[in-house]
Amino acid sequence: MNSLIIAGLLVLLLGLAYQTGWSKSRSLVTPDGIKVHSRPQYHGALVAIWTLVPALLIVGLWANFGDSATRAFTVSQIPPDVIMGLDEIALNATIQRIGALASGYGVVGEVQPFEQAAGAALRQFQFLSFLLVVAAAAGTGILALLYARSRITARLRARNAVERVMNLALLACSGVAILTTVGIVASLLTEALRFFTFINPLDFFFGTVWAPKFSSTGTGDAGQYGILPLLSGTLMVAAIAMAVAVPVGLMTAIYLSQYAPRSVRAVVKPIIEILAGIPTIVYGFFALVTVGPFLNKAGAMIGLDISATSALTAGVVMGIMIIPFISSLSDDILNQVPLALRDGAYGLGATQSETIRNVLLPAALPGIVGAFLLAVSRAIGETMIVVLAAGNSPVLRGSPFEPVSTITVSIVNQLTGDTDFAGPQSLVGFALGLTLFVMTLLLNIVALYIVRRFREQYE
Amino acid sequence: MDMLAGKVKMTQQSVNNGMNPTDMLERPIRLHAKDVTVHYGAKQALFGISIDIPDRAVTSFIGPSGCGKSTFLRCINRMNDTIEGAKVRGLIELDGEDIYDPALDVVELRARIGMVFQKPNPFPKSIYENVAYGPKIHGLARSKSDLDEIVVSSLRKAGLFEEVKDRLNEPGTGLSGGQQQRLCIARAIAVGPEVILMDEPCSALDPIATAIIEELIDELRENFTIVIVTHSMQQAARVSQKTAFFHLGKLIEEGVTEDIFTNPVNKQTQDYIMGRIG
Repeated sequence: MNSLIIAGLLVLLLGLAYQTGWSKSRSLVTPDGIKVHSRPQYHGALVAIWTLVPALLIVGLWANFGDSATRAFTVSQIPPDVIMGLDEIALNATIQRIGALASGYGVVGEVQPFEQAAGAALRQFQFLSFLLVVAAAAGTGILALLYARSRITARLRARNAVERVMNLALLACSGVAILTTVGIVASLLTEALRFFTFINPLDFFFGTVWAPKFSSTGTGDAGQYGILPLLSGTLMVAAIAMAVAVPVGLMTAIYLSQYAPRSVRAVVKPIIEILAGIPTIVYGFFALVTVGPFLNKAGAMIGLDISATSALTAGVVMGIMIIPFISSLSDDILNQVPLALRDGAYGLGATQSETIRNVLLPAALPGIVGAFLLAVSRAIGETMIVVLAAGNSPVLRGSPFEPVSTITVSIVNQLTGDTDFAGPQSLVGFALGLTLFVMTLLLNIVALYIVRRFREQYE
Repeated sequence: MDMLAGKVKMTQQSVNNGMNPTDMLERPIRLHAKDVTVHYGAKQALFGISIDIPDRAVTSFIGPSGCGKSTFLRCINRMNDTIEGAKVRGLIELDGEDIYDPALDVVELRARIGMVFQKPNPFPKSIYENVAYGPKIHGLARSKSDLDEIVVSSLRKAGLFEEVKDRLNEPGTGLSGGQQQRLCIARAIAVGPEVILMDEPCSALDPIATAIIEELIDELRENFTIVIVTHSMQQAARVSQKTAFFHLGKLIEEGVTEDIFTNPVNKQTQDYIMGRIG
């Protein structure tokens, strides 16, 4: 409620400021023709910025420090002899009770008189501080507005100033993405480092046995945390997925972009894109119920013992999932190859397939390889299909026909259920996550490098 | 630079060089077109074009933008086949053979009728590979040394060999615009065509590169039948022996270049030549 009022106030101020700047700017234009540097919109925008920034600063300050001020006030309302008798947890509970009383929610148990009094005082404090913030924000805003208005002259370069502010605002927005990435890496890194205080990194990265023991077993032994069985499972599943997705996806893209009549394309392309919209858990069912048993029977016919949940099952279904990803990216890339190149090959008497093989594919190759690598990083990070269909058997094995486990599956296993983040059993999830993150990051960097390095070839 | 300037001057002087009108008319007919019409979907782009194109001479198609000259050019090697919705009717014969005969293989036809495009379009391969590509797909070379020979002689004929002989393995896209266009001409020559179609080959080039290409076209007419579409009347006057004027999808007038430019019969041709339309 309060924040709504503040937001409404700010919008009101904004409109007022814009209008003020705009009309002041308009008034500068006189019949004797003074040349005004900027259009009225820019003057309006400049005054609005001038007004909004100090007001927002004050609101922002309150948002940051208001809570601690409220807390300090609440503590000051509790009689000293009561405080003496409370430890930190009990004090926090009391403060919460007072806060609840102030907002009128009611509390569990009997309300003590000092709590009642503190609640009433807190209520008053909150109301006053809110008024103060609103008044301060509005006051500063209006002062700033008046100052900005007084600065508007015909020669003021409002346009340039507004453009600069827009520039900064855009920069700040892209900064959000970057800061988020940094934050994720930092949190992964600190938790992973804590894990490495329990387990030697060498045992983690080069260990061949994955056997974490939960503390509830009571042996005190943390178990073994070798990543190699998981890594080999991950790579095996991803490789099988790519072996399915690359040929099918690429051929689909070639057909769609070069051979398909417009009417076929209009039907086929959306259907393939539906494939991309299916939730991965549904693919997991599909693998478990249909593909796994099918592969098992097909293997039995040719004398192979294929487990129903295996690297092969998960890989094949994951490959199907990636097909639209590869086909639609490759289709776009093939369509971007200049028509002139195609004409050049036809003009020499090349057939359609010769043109595609010798001219279009080489020209589009960097982009297509980039698409492949992006698909690989998706395959490596994919979770639900492997949780259901890979068999969850973290043992180092070479055969794709047997159950495996992957890094993502193990993260799910280690971090779900009743865990505290104190022992290696759950912290290992962060180390695994970090490994996964570094792998996909490297793949993406390589993909971007390839795409950039060879891009100008047909320019 | 002085040398290049000299070339420009020389080319400008060589209007209609060497071939008198009667000589040209006595030449055998290589390409014969009768009543060619083209539709793109519902829109008609060409209306009953009939023209004969003489052997080993340069024939130029001129006319304002959108007049159908490029469309007609693309009919001659059936490049319009690659455009969805394009429909060609009428007769076009190469040495008396109907090129739209269903029994004729369009791949073979395009090996006999090469094409150079408006914008230089070398493949993203090396200079050598660009020229070697056509002979390879048509199986023209028996051995590596055969292929080398074809590449070198094609580059020589296109007047490019001296400039690129030390960097045959570098990408063709690294050359300058004019060099790229000559590479495309070499690429077309390498297949051993009888006819070379050029669709505004100089429109993306600067005057000096243009002069060099024009001189090259003049040399090539010794061995090839050349059809060139051009925007520039001066270029048509400089390089061609026969000129055809197109307007709004119709062939308005055709004849010996000198006649068309000095003594046009049709009023529209006159207006275009004088710069009153187009």
